[in-house]
Amino acid sequence: MLLRHTPKEITERSALSINPAKTCQPVGAMYASLGVHGCLPHSHGSQGCCAYHRSALTRHYKEPISAATSSFTEGASVFGGQANLLQAIENIFTVYEPEVIAVHTTCLSETIGDDLPQMTDKARESGKIPDGKHVIFANTPSYVGSHVTGFSNMVKGMLRVAESTGKKNGKVNIIPGWVEPADMEEIKRLCALIGVAITLFPDTSGVLNGPMSGQYKMFPEGGVTIRELKGTGDAIGTLALGDWCSADAARYLDSQFKVPCRILEMPFGLKATDRFIDALRTIAGVSVPEEIAHERGQLVDLISDMHQYFYHKKVALVGDPDQLIALTEFFTSIDMWPIHIVTGTPGKRFEKKIKKLTEGSPFPVNVRSAGDMFLLHQWIKNEPVDLILGNTYCKYIARDEDIPQVRFGFPILDRVGHQYFPTVGYKGGIRLLEKVLNALLDRKDRDDSEQSFELVL
Amino acid sequence: MRKVAIYGKGGIGKSTTTQNTVAGLAEMGKKVMVVGCDPKADSTRLLLGGLAQKSVLDTLREEGEDVELDYIRKPGFGQTWCVESGGPEPGVGCAGRGIITSINMLESLGAYDADEGLDYAFYDVLGDVVCGGFAMPIRDGKAEEIYIVCSGEMMAMYAANNICKGIMKYAQSGSVRLGGLICNSRNVDNEMEMIEELAKKIGTQMIYFVPRDNDVQRAEINRKTVIEWNPKAPQADHYRNLAKAIDANTMKVIPKPLAIEELEKLLLDFGLLAA
Repeated sequence: MLLRHTPKEITERSALSINPAKTCQPVGAMYASLGVHGCLPHSHGSQGCCAYHRSALTRHYKEPISAATSSFTEGASVFGGQANLLQAIENIFTVYEPEVIAVHTTCLSETIGDDLPQMTDKARESGKIPDGKHVIFANTPSYVGSHVTGFSNMVKGMLRVAESTGKKNGKVNIIPGWVEPADMEEIKRLCALIGVAITLFPDTSGVLNGPMSGQYKMFPEGGVTIRELKGTGDAIGTLALGDWCSADAARYLDSQFKVPCRILEMPFGLKATDRFIDALRTIAGVSVPEEIAHERGQLVDLISDMHQYFYHKKVALVGDPDQLIALTEFFTSIDMWPIHIVTGTPGKRFEKKIKKLTEGSPFPVNVRSAGDMFLLHQWIKNEPVDLILGNTYCKYIARDEDIPQVRFGFPILDRVGHQYFPTVGYKGGIRLLEKVLNALLDRKDRDDSEQSFELVL
Repeated sequence: MRKVAIYGKGGIGKSTTTQNTVAGLAEMGKKVMVVGCDPKADSTRLLLGGLAQKSVLDTLREEGEDVELDYIRKPGFGQTWCVESGGPEPGVGCAGRGIITSINMLESLGAYDADEGLDYAFYDVLGDVVCGGFAMPIRDGKAEEIYIVCSGEMMAMYAANNICKGIMKYAQSGSVRLGGLICNSRNVDNEMEMIEELAKKIGTQMIYFVPRDNDVQRAEINRKTVIEWNPKAPQADHYRNLAKAIDANTMKVIPKPLAIEELEKLLLDFGLLAA
């Protein structure tokens, strides 16, 4: 009972967060940067920040994460970090030769007010950025928002290189949001099947789910190239998947280069994938290819075959807003009942959206933005659930309350699979439901009495 | 829209000069927003008729991140918009970060959008540019012209010169420029000539010489700008003239701050002249 001190009675807390359901902005910024080809993330702050952010990503993706830091000392904190950044840019381009450096700030450099546009201009003017190389950046104070905010800021930051030649290139920008490398691969596969030429950014597939080849490559083959990013300003449109992760960047392209955008939910589950496929199909002006219709049919088949086991199962969800919105819709649509939903990322509109999606629920639905896992645990104590779906940190609650858990979201530190198998799209939906079913049925097999223990389920 | 920031030594009369000048611009039919960047939150007192404003940071603290523009922006004299960024009480927290936060928030709430129809945005910034936060208004894409309020006193000129160093740093890569020095007279000997000379040396102009007049204090006691309190007062005309001078100003330069010896020599020369 590692969490035995969590009381059942819920009291109002105004200033204390316990077991947060979020992490630092720079973690998101760093993940997004790795989706750019040949990019070295750079943390503008003290060394400890950078070390933590790298390890947070390594523990989840099981890949080495390279990143540089401005290594602030007391002096840099007093005099500003410009000298450190300029020196860092020079060193990095000389020693590691990346195509791009993606600078994100930290709490310290934000608080002392370092001005990244000014500093990168200075670096360019003083010749520290070689021809054809780039420095992109984003402001990522951790005391604002969460890792999701940082991701979104960096995705917008990479569009600093976008240009408009005045001639459309016929491609569609797709901003996948914070999904796994395998999910990004799946999105590219679906687009290719429908025949839509896309620029996917960021694109961590091939970067953070690469093979073991016996040879270390600091900059793997994957990632969106700067050339592709430049072309985003000439695209015929942008599909942003997820309001929190992707909408800012999409709107930037709209306001800056008149690239019209649509903001969709992340394609988790049947309906959200339907909308995504429909949007692609409309753009391409084709009907849905047989292969995709086939996959959809399989997902529908699985839902109807096993519906009795999903039916009225209560679920607790914790994770990031875009994912939770899509999952809530998915689970509700197969007659499961998401009743406790927590994200650590602030934003009241999340609560509104979830309330709307769960309107028909027979249970009062608990939803909280800027919440924490302590609260989720208390909710579960008051109204138990059949399943918890969330990141590895949920395992303490799952163990104490003896509830099956499906690992989903960031970070997953104690299981594998998320690197290789997508959960987006119809195929991803099948995998997600398989995991949910396995958890529920394993539990059923454990709990059933000898008389009701069934061979066939 | 022209974005203007007013800097100067603490207590030199930045807030008073800003609000009186803004009143003059408003009288000319200009739509102006004043953004107070001072934790004391007293940059819009005269336009609002008292410290009636809830600051951006107080609102942020109480309402969380779901802040609406109407919560933090109040209409003041002459259809002006008044915003106070506010900040921590003396001795705690980080006022510089407060300014960064509130200017970012105003931008994301669309206070500067074209459909707001603003002719001017004025930033009234506390004292010297002591840290990165206080330089926020002069970062690229924010204020494009700076006016420094000073007087013929040594410390005021010293501060003005120091602020020029800050501007020079940002001007090299951004669009910010120095528009001129506003001399808020302290009745120092040879004051006008000295400030004119200082301005020349820095590479700018003295855009206006505001004489000392107790009407300013009288208006302040009544929580009004001079133009509102007594439109016929001679001082009201001075502020109108300053407003016109700023409105017509086209001289925007990258300043060349002086070395300390040069500054002291200037003082010595003009001081001796008086003796």
